[in-house]
Amino acid sequence: MNGETKNIIQENPFMPEPARIVRTYHLTDDVKFFQVRITDMDKALSFKYDTGQFAMISVLGAGEAPFSISSTPSRPGLLEFCIRKTGIVTDSIFRLKENSLIGLRGPYGKGFPTEKMEGKDIIIIMGGLGAAPLRSVLLYCLDNRNLFNRVILLHGAKRPSEMIFREEFFALKERDDLECYMSVDEDDTGQWPENVGVVTTLFPKVKDLDAENTVALVCGPPIMYKFVINELIKLDIPKDQILMTLERRMKCGVGKCGHCAIDYIYTCLDGPVFTYWDVLHMRELI
Amino acid sequence: MRIFKLKKEYLFPFLESISEGADLWAPTKKPEGKHSFQIIKDFSQIDLDYTRTILPPRKIFLPPSFNMFKATEKKYEADFSHVTEKIIFGLHPCDIHAILIMDQFYKHHYNDPYYIEARNNTLILGHSCWPDEHCLCKSAGTDIIEEGYDLFFSELEKEYLVWIGSSKGDDLIRRKPDFFDENITDKDIQKYIEWREEKDKAFSVSIDFKNMPDLMELKYQDPLWEKLGQACLACGSCSNVCPTCNCYNINDKPFLTENASHISRCWDACTLESYSEVAGGENFREARSLRLKLYYTHKLQAYISKYGKPACVGCGRCIETCPVDINIKTVAQSLDNETVDAFWDRFAKEVTK
Ligand SMILES: Cc1cc2nc3c(=O)[nH]c(=O)nc-3n(C[C@H](O)[C@H](O)[C@H](O)COP(=O)(O)OP(=O)(O)OC[C@H]3O[C@@H](n4cnc5c(N)ncnc54)[C@H](O)[C@@H]3O)c2cc1C
Ligand code: SF4
Ligand code: SF4
Ligand code: FES
Repeated sequence: MNGETKNIIQENPFMPEPARIVRTYHLTDDVKFFQVRITDMDKALSFKYDTGQFAMISVLGAGEAPFSISSTPSRPGLLEFCIRKTGIVTDSIFRLKENSLIGLRGPYGKGFPTEKMEGKDIIIIMGGLGAAPLRSVLLYCLDNRNLFNRVILLHGAKRPSEMIFREEFFALKERDDLECYMSVDEDDTGQWPENVGVVTTLFPKVKDLDAENTVALVCGPPIMYKFVINELIKLDIPKDQILMTLERRMKCGVGKCGHCAIDYIYTCLDGPVFTYWDVLHMRELI
Repeated sequence: MRIFKLKKEYLFPFLESISEGADLWAPTKKPEGKHSFQIIKDFSQIDLDYTRTILPPRKIFLPPSFNMFKATEKKYEADFSHVTEKIIFGLHPCDIHAILIMDQFYKHHYNDPYYIEARNNTLILGHSCWPDEHCLCKSAGTDIIEEGYDLFFSELEKEYLVWIGSSKGDDLIRRKPDFFDENITDKDIQKYIEWREEKDKAFSVSIDFKNMPDLMELKYQDPLWEKLGQACLACGSCSNVCPTCNCYNINDKPFLTENASHISRCWDACTLESYSEVAGGENFREARSLRLKLYYTHKLQAYISKYGKPACVGCGRCIETCPVDINIKTVAQSLDNETVDAFWDRFAKEVTK
C-alpha cells in the first residue's frame, strides 16, 4: 500500500509564462509604467486579449497579483501595465530594472464589449489609476476610429503631478477626432493650463450628448464612481450602457480560489467589467 | 448496473489485493473518539462504524497545503507530488456527492490540473451509513448515490451488496472473482429494502432546501445576519470541515538554500477577516455578518442557480464543529420559520452558558 507518484502532462493554467521588461519609467511618484514582452516570440504574438482584460503578474519570492492590461490589442507584441506601489508584489515589481524577467499569465476576465460599442458615441471617464484599463480601450477606439462615432475623454487627478499619462493625453488633445478634457482637483503648481475641479466639473464641457446612443466607460477610485454615475444618470444614459470595472482581491484569475466572489459572481470570470445595471443587482454592493 | 454479494470476512483480503501500488485511505478512530481519513498501514486501523470524519475527503485530493511550483528566475516547474495512486474506502453517499460537486467545479471554465489529476488517479469505494441527529443528507437529496463511485458497499448482516459503478470498479472485482457471488436472492433483496426503509425513518432533522434561494434573497437584509455576525468567532472552521468549500490562498516562499521559490496553495476560509482585503488595506467584508452571508449564499443559493443543486450535501460537519452553533441547520431554520429572537434566545441559552 504505497501510492506511486504520477507523471503529469495536463495543461496548467496556473503556469506563468516568462516575460521580459522592455521599458519602465515613472508615471507619477508611486505609479510606474511597464512595457513587457513574453520571451517566447510565438506566444508573444499569439497573446490575444480584449480591452479591459487583466493578467496575473508574478515576481519570484514575492507572489502574484492581477493588473489591467493598459496597451491595446490593436498593437500586438508588447503588453503595457501601469502599476501602483502598495504592497509586497508591487514593491518588488517596482525594484525590477529593464531586462528583468517576470511571470505573466492571462488574459483573464470579460473586457469591454467593443463590438457592441461600434457606431456609438463613447465617453471615457477616468480618475487616478482608472487610466490603466481605460487607456487600453481609448487607444483601441483611436486605432479603429472609423468604427466609433464621437470619442470623448474626461481625465481627472488630484494634482498635476499625479496625473497618469499626462504627456500622452496632452499630445492627444491635438487630434481633432477626440474630445479630450482634463482636470485636477487642486493646482499646486500654479501652471496647470486645464480645468481645476473634480472630474464631474468637466461634464458641462461636453455638448449635445446623444444619451440613447452613448456608451460611458468609468474607472477610478470608489468615491469617483458615485458622483460620475449620478451625472451620467442625469444625462439619461441607459444604465446598461454605463460600463465600469470592479476591483476585488484575486489569487487565481481563473475562478478557483474564491477570493473575488461578489454574491454569485466571480469577478475574475464574469468581470472585471460590469454594466451599472449588473452592479445594481449585486446585493453586496447595495 | 451489476451487483454482487461479498462475505464480510473477504472484505480486508479484497482491499489488500487491490491496494498494491496505491495509498489506501479509510476512516480510522482517533483517541478522542472522532474519526479521520488516514492512510492505512494495517487493516485493524479501519473503523467503519463512523458517521462523519472531522475533515472532509477533499483533503485527500487537495491537501490543506501543497506545493504548486518550484521556481527559479528562469524556470517554473510544476510540482504534482501530491498526485499518487490512491484508493479511498468507506466514503458515505454525502461525501461522494460532494466529490461530484467538486468534479464539476474544478472543470468549470478552466481545468484545475491539481485537482483533476489527483481525482483521476483515485478510486472511490463507498460504504453505506446510518444517520445521526446532525445528518441532513435526506433533505439535501444526497442520501442515495447512483454515480461517482467505482464500487459501493451496502452492509447487510453478514455480507455486503457490492454495486459496480464504473469499468474500473468492474476490473477491481475481477482480481478476486471467487470472493464475489452473483446470486442475489429474493431474501437478500428483501433485507436490503427493509434496511433502506428503516434508514429512511431514522432521520430526526430536515430542512427545506428548495425554499432557500428565495429566502436568502428575501431575507438578505434581515437583522438575523447582524446577530449571527455578533456571535461568529471568525475561526474559519465551518469552511475547513465542509466537503464542498474550495477557497484557497497562495504563498510564495523563497528557499535560499535551494536558490528557488516554493509556491504553495493552502486552504482558506471566507469567514476569516483577511479573506476580502485588497490593496491599501480596504476590506469589502469587514463585518462578520457579511462574510457569513457569503458562505451561506454559496451553500444555499449561488450553486443552485448555477448547477441546479445546493452546495450543501448535508454531511453535518458544520453542525458538529461550529463552537457557537452557527451552521447550515440553524441558519436554514432561522431563515425558514424561526424568528430572529428565538434564535437569539436559544443562542444565549445554549452557547453563552
Ligand atoms: C482586475 C484587477 C485589475 C487591477 N489592475 C491594476 C492596475 O492596472 N494597476 C495597479 O497598480 N493595480 C491594479 N490592481 C490592484 C493590484 O492587483 C493590487 O494593487 C495588488 O494586488 C497589490 O499587491 P501587493 O502584493 O503589492 O500588495 P499586498 O502586499 O497584497 O498588500 C496591499 C495592501 O493590502 C493589504 N493586505 C493585502 N493582503 C493582506 C493580508 N493577507 N493581510 C493583511 N493585509 C493585507 C495591506 O494593507 C497592504 O497594504 C488590479 C486589481 C484587479 C482585481
Ligand atoms: S454546509 Fe455543513 S452540512 Fe452542508 S456540506 Fe458543508 S459542512 Fe456539510
Ligand atoms: S460560523 Fe462558527 S465555525 Fe464558522 S467561522 Fe463563525 S464561529 Fe467559526
Ligand atoms: S480570482 Fe480566484 S476565483 Fe476569481
